[in-house]
Amino acid sequence: MTFRQPGWLLVLPATLAVAMFLGIPVFDTFSTTFTDSTGFLSNYEKFFTSRFRRAVLWRTTEIALITMIASLLIGFATAYVVSRAPKKLKSLLIIIAVFPLLTGVVVRSFAWLVILGKNGILNQILLSVGVIAEPLSMLYTEGAVIVAMVYLFVPLMILTIVGVLEGIPEDLLQASASLGATPFATFWQVVFPLAMPGLIVGAVLVFTGSFTSYATPQLLGGEQQMMMGTFLRQRAMVTFDWTGASTIAAIMTVVTIIIVLAMGRVARRLNPAAV
Amino acid sequence: MHTRPHPVLIGFACLVFFFLLAPLVIIIGASVSDTTFLTFPPQGLTLHWYENIFEVSAFKRTMVTSFILAVTGTSLSLIVGIPAAYALNRYRVQLPSFLSTVFVLPILVPEIVLGFSLMKTVTTAMGFPIFVSLVIGHALLVLPYCVRVVSAALASFDFSIEEAAVSLGCPRWKAFFIIVLPNVRAGVIAAFILALITSINDVSISLFLTGPGISTLPIQLLAHMEQFFDPTIASVSVLLMLVTVGVMAVVELTLGLTFLTK
Repeated sequence: MTFRQPGWLLVLPATLAVAMFLGIPVFDTFSTTFTDSTGFLSNYEKFFTSRFRRAVLWRTTEIALITMIASLLIGFATAYVVSRAPKKLKSLLIIIAVFPLLTGVVVRSFAWLVILGKNGILNQILLSVGVIAEPLSMLYTEGAVIVAMVYLFVPLMILTIVGVLEGIPEDLLQASASLGATPFATFWQVVFPLAMPGLIVGAVLVFTGSFTSYATPQLLGGEQQMMMGTFLRQRAMVTFDWTGASTIAAIMTVVTIIIVLAMGRVARRLNPAAV
Repeated sequence: MHTRPHPVLIGFACLVFFFLLAPLVIIIGASVSDTTFLTFPPQGLTLHWYENIFEVSAFKRTMVTSFILAVTGTSLSLIVGIPAAYALNRYRVQLPSFLSTVFVLPILVPEIVLGFSLMKTVTTAMGFPIFVSLVIGHALLVLPYCVRVVSAALASFDFSIEEAAVSLGCPRWKAFFIIVLPNVRAGVIAAFILALITSINDVSISLFLTGPGISTLPIQLLAHMEQFFDPTIASVSVLLMLVTVGVMAVVELTLGLTFLTK
């Protein structure tokens, strides 16, 4: 293999662009976290000994996990119905799922600001029904962030899972049924294992997406529900503590990469045939 | 024959689709309310808030910036991404496998980390102008989409057609433009559209790369929301939804939307 081969020349511009504008800047961010005069890891020590910072990391992990599990459950059930729907209806349902996905994060988070606000629709409905006597403050709570995030990620989950469900040959289900399996048994023993790779891909996308999100926690969580993304932004642009911000950035990246690699391993173990 | 899912499951799916659409309907309703605050159901009916979009100069300006940025970033990304995707498929055997991972890296690094790092290194240390840094950030953001979608189209392309042209005396570069590219046109269009919409909606990268005088629409929207709570935001949101509808129509016409589930 020589560098004169055209293949190398063709991948070169893109590779250089990634190396120069992603590799160098991100490496730079990471390396500044290790150069504290009091010790190699002292920035991380500072992070993990601060009660407030630990709470931000823990809250972020918790919200991302809950969002992931809720999106998996909702997405799988919905995707199952979509994949069994007649062809025309199926296309319509997919269009409805794609539409929010292509509408920006800011717009979709903003909608929940209107719904959950003090004078929001939900409060109005609850007041008029008489469930509550006074408007609830739902904004800037963990629940508000989670609801908006689930709303953000369910379409992605539906589309990912519909993709794998569609790939399951109808023959397998027929074989299972003709050999006497109940629909329930067919679901758990045939559909579920075959859908596993899709569920894992969806789970990874949702977890990393919510773990590193900014707009949703900023709008619906505010200062009270600081998450890693909003915390990073605050450190970098409000207090100008770039080393602190870099430490947050490094932790976010490491968590993301660990999750992606770990879930990839799980996927391979569960289904060696797939990728 | 398809077995019908349990009625409870169907009912649940209906609720989910209601949950997906209701917030967007609420925004549309709020955008025509004749009140100075956001409310739903709308009180009165007015298009004033749509006129207001074009009266608030910050919205006008950032809309133009976002559009130019998306087109420039996506085009740059395709210019380096298409040759890379081609080489990864055409010379699969000769190229080391880690190369295909290189182009997925922008996904592994959280967007917000990339945005922050670009601000620190490219804007501050290297002294690139803010708009150039924005273009670089957005081009990197959409590179994985470009490479993967074009790659997917190339995967089903029969390279022996190209070989036939070359063996009949067609220069390699010409064979690429008249044989390969037209055959993967749908993939390129899809990549362009997906990348464009991703770039226009981006918050996390632009967040650090906007400064006085230069901002993108989503960042401007966020800033506006923190100060005002009037229906202008709703009307801008509806405008963005209309863009989405337009994009979906184009995708449907060129590839079919079911393409997105693959």
